[in-house]
Amino acid sequence: MTVTTAPPPTASGAPKRSTAKSDPQKHGRLALMLLTPTFLVLAIVVVYPLIAALRESLYQKKSGLDENGFVIKGDTFVGVENYTNIFKGETATRFWNAFWNTTFFTVTTLALEILIGVSMALVMHHALRGKGLVRASILVPWAIPTVVSALMWQTIFQADGVANEVLHSQILWTTEGFHAKIAVIIADVWKTAPFVGLLVLAGLQVIPGDVYEAARVDGANAWKQFWRITLPLVKPALLVAILFRGLDALRMFDLPYVMIGQRKSSVETLSMLAQEQTTSQRFGPAAAYAVVLFIYVAIVAYAFVKLLGADVLGEARTRAKETKQRKLKAATA
Amino acid sequence: MTTVQMKAPGSRRWLLNIGIAIIVIYCLVPFYWMLVSAFRRPNDAGDNSPLPSPWSLDNFSSVFGPSIGFWRSLGNSVLVAGTTTILTLVIGTFAAYTLARLDFRGKNLVAGIIIGTSMFPGVALIVPLFKLFIDIQWINTYQAMILPSLSFALPLAVWTLATFFRQMPKELEEAAMVDGLTRGQAFRQVILPLAAPGMFTTAIITFIAAWNEYIIALTMVNEKDMKTATVAISQFTGISGYDSPVGTKMAAGVIVTVPLVIAVLIFQRRIIAGLTAGGVK
Repeated sequence: MTVTTAPPPTASGAPKRSTAKSDPQKHGRLALMLLTPTFLVLAIVVVYPLIAALRESLYQKKSGLDENGFVIKGDTFVGVENYTNIFKGETATRFWNAFWNTTFFTVTTLALEILIGVSMALVMHHALRGKGLVRASILVPWAIPTVVSALMWQTIFQADGVANEVLHSQILWTTEGFHAKIAVIIADVWKTAPFVGLLVLAGLQVIPGDVYEAARVDGANAWKQFWRITLPLVKPALLVAILFRGLDALRMFDLPYVMIGQRKSSVETLSMLAQEQTTSQRFGPAAAYAVVLFIYVAIVAYAFVKLLGADVLGEARTRAKETKQRKLKAATA
Repeated sequence: MTTVQMKAPGSRRWLLNIGIAIIVIYCLVPFYWMLVSAFRRPNDAGDNSPLPSPWSLDNFSSVFGPSIGFWRSLGNSVLVAGTTTILTLVIGTFAAYTLARLDFRGKNLVAGIIIGTSMFPGVALIVPLFKLFIDIQWINTYQAMILPSLSFALPLAVWTLATFFRQMPKELEEAAMVDGLTRGQAFRQVILPLAAPGMFTTAIITFIAAWNEYIIALTMVNEKDMKTATVAISQFTGISGYDSPVGTKMAAGVIVTVPLVIAVLIFQRRIIAGLTAGGVK
């Protein structure tokens, strides 16, 4: 059963196919063929840019006049200078500010999303009436483009807007300051918490009811049931949701950019910093920022998958297990 | 909410209904506010009454007026998001079928790579691509927006489609193959027709993702006529210096959002199945 390309010589026709199916390597060639277009595209739009960004981060555009008065153009290899520059002087201040903003947004929005999302999921799971209505409305924040939601919250948070009226406050939400961070967090959580709720709800729905039945018979109260049954069983779904949302939050760009503006230190994220450097055609530093962000994202993803055991592959992996079992069965048969 | 479980069923039902009401209000009130702000007169932008008085369509007419020309931006968005969706579906279907149905070595690795690419920070791709597109003079072209969009749309489509393929009974296809169809024929004649609803749902989800895309379109295009709707809205300026375009922005926001919301409401069950099954199970 280890033969990859040439199937064992069996009778021709239908029986051959049915034995071939139990061979996990039978489809290797076909799989390769069918996967090629996708991997080709991903190589062009993801792998190439990533390598190019790595290379770019080691170069700097040198322009100016040399001693003879000729214009120097083109890129010069500068080694890790773009990286060391990040941590020097004023750029360091701006970088660390963006780094902390990104981290702060990620941690706070994630915490609120989990809290609100899980509560929403629990309500929806136990709800008897209004399920259709709630399902419809929970998709609305998801469907609204982030840019539109940024403008929507900008209107709500404007100086004479409804937020100040309801709160009886006179905060200039969308100007520099800590309140701008709060405005961004609120707008982000509004859009994403229902989505987390949806994912958690799907996780809740696969928990069999008789587990609770048994717990109730054993005298576990509702609080205990939540901590001992619901949470552990919904944990895989929750972890994947948190991972995806967390990585999304780490690359946050649209919301602070549109709602508060470019080059606003209270909300500038790493993505905004890198994008700003790109459009001003400072490619070397831009690439260095992008690579730093990429490494940051990769570390967080790795930590989630390895340390917390977020099963990103989910069903794909279980199917691989099935294959193994089938392979074993076939081998022992 | 589980704490309520032990109480009398009546009070529990009440609390759940209140919870439902809170969720609906939470999700819809900000959206409602955008709608209301869009229907105010431009001069009433600072008005915070719950209903516009009087109602006005001025904001909408100025969105489509000659100075903004929002039709063009909408058309650009449809073109970019539509092409991205079609390309992803055509390319991604094969990969999704492979992941869902075929057995081959390194399947976890392949699945991991595909899901991993969707987690990339978009800006890391934009830096080199922007430079490349300047060199090959692709700035202000549609392909400069479509090609990078594939980076997030393709993994999303493959993942969602694979979920739908996986849900279909394997026996159907096996029966077709026992009946003498090749795998390719079985795929075309049995699987594809059955997968049509799933593919349609994937198309909607991908289209929404591409339609909502911002950072690529913002970076790759600076010519007004080539801007997509999301970029155009974010850059609205008042006609005169004192004019605050809040109402115009809200009206444009409503125009961009309402078709999506309607599509989502019609296909809500399927979309939820597509969104959750991909990430959860």
